[in-house]
Amino acid sequence: MHKRSNEPFVWLLFSAGGVVAALFIPVLLFLLFLAAPFGWVNPPSYDTVLGLAHSLIGRAFLLVLCILPLFHWAHRFRYTLYDGLQIKHLNEFVNTFCYGGAIVGSLVAIYLVFRLP
Amino acid sequence: MAEQIALEVTRFSPERDKVPTVQSFDVPLRKEWVVLDALNYVKDKVDGSLSFRWSCRMGVCGSCGMMVNGEPKLTCATFLTDYAPGPVRVEPLKNFPVMRDLIVEITDFLTKLSKVKPWLIRKKEKPLSEGEYLQTPEQLDSYKQFSMCINCLLCYAACPVYGLDPLFSGPAALALAQRYNMDSRDEGQSERLDILSQHDGIWGCTFVGECTQVCPKHVDPAGAIQQYKLTATQEWIKSMLMPWGGK
Amino acid sequence: MATYTEYPPKGYRVRMSTYWWLDRWPYLKFTLREISSVFVAWFVIETLILLGALIDGPAEYARFQEFLRNPVMIALNVISLFFIVFHAITWFNLAPKAMAVRMGGKRVPALLISGPQYVAWAVVSAALAWLLLRG
Repeated sequence: MHKRSNEPFVWLLFSAGGVVAALFIPVLLFLLFLAAPFGWVNPPSYDTVLGLAHSLIGRAFLLVLCILPLFHWAHRFRYTLYDGLQIKHLNEFVNTFCYGGAIVGSLVAIYLVFRLP
Repeated sequence: MAEQIALEVTRFSPERDKVPTVQSFDVPLRKEWVVLDALNYVKDKVDGSLSFRWSCRMGVCGSCGMMVNGEPKLTCATFLTDYAPGPVRVEPLKNFPVMRDLIVEITDFLTKLSKVKPWLIRKKEKPLSEGEYLQTPEQLDSYKQFSMCINCLLCYAACPVYGLDPLFSGPAALALAQRYNMDSRDEGQSERLDILSQHDGIWGCTFVGECTQVCPKHVDPAGAIQQYKLTATQEWIKSMLMPWGGK
Repeated sequence: MATYTEYPPKGYRVRMSTYWWLDRWPYLKFTLREISSVFVAWFVIETLILLGALIDGPAEYARFQEFLRNPVMIALNVISLFFIVFHAITWFNLAPKAMAVRMGGKRVPALLISGPQYVAWAVVSAALAWLLLRG
């Protein structure tokens, strides 16, 4: 009898990351990285952003915002490499690069969020 | 002279050819003709050696699937006039080995279909004395769409994952597995999940969605597979939280 | 005498081109959708850099803002925005396919599943904008 794959675990992370990315990233990308530097909107000051970020809810939000979309990328990019470049035979390397990369990014995120003053 | 259209057909004779070639025939462009009629015209009147599969000529048997101008189509349901002034390119169904001319080898699909156990699985058969299984219209509705599959394999021609990975089960096999999973009479969900919650089962699918687009019977195999992924994930969570649970 | 094999290998196989995704528009759309994940990862990286700047103080934060005004960064972020919006739209539109929600025996129309997600998107975006811009 075949043992069922553990793929559902990474698929859940991929789906959660996809939802977070879809709901939160568009407005944040637009405001923080396009509108604010150009003053199209009243740019949030250092204090405003830090104030939002270092609250308990802010830190939790930042962790969700950074970690889940990274795993979304990892899973999707892994399949892009399989199908787009047809390099299935390199799958150990692809998996390490993708999920390993996501884990490294997550660790960096956790470190930075805890170091917020 | 009556209107004509050029039909460019793949020719391949394994005894004679190393690679397929293209041969062009001029066929009458009749407004009620489908591509299958044009192929039969060629076979009857021009070149009797042209080989292709067909049967019911009305879109229920699934035999006549071929690539028409690069799109997977049932040739009995594809009108010539839609391609006027032509030429119309007819090639064998993509992603399958070509046996001769427009005929492809579909054994791979048949093997994968049996693998998913496309039949009602009962833990214990109901004895005849207990009478028929009863099913409400709502229960029928939950799997009816997936039961409309005619195994025409247009979805396999459209699926890039099947083209890239010969081990992938493919849209129709997975949709048919789901047809039985959703049937209220079936008790084989767990058995099928063991076989299909694998990389060459549902997890190879990346939801391109082209299978659903080309399906002539509106089966929506992509939807079936995504729903199956959700089910598999729910079962996985249950097995993580309650590892002692029996099947 | 030839030996009998049950499934003799036969047939002419065409190997799929590396550029299969350019052959048809739906394949290209699919590939763009998948590539959007790279820009999602890019946003996370940018956010981590922003966090690093916050930790280092107002001067570093101001320098980061200056860095964002660099034409390369602008171009990258504009392209990212397109891809991320594309991701959001394709994501919300695909959700109904994955869920066969039935109420009263009939399948719930797709719009009733994707619609609320668009509403949630608008509400969340408005809330985050308010939080960041109220000054």
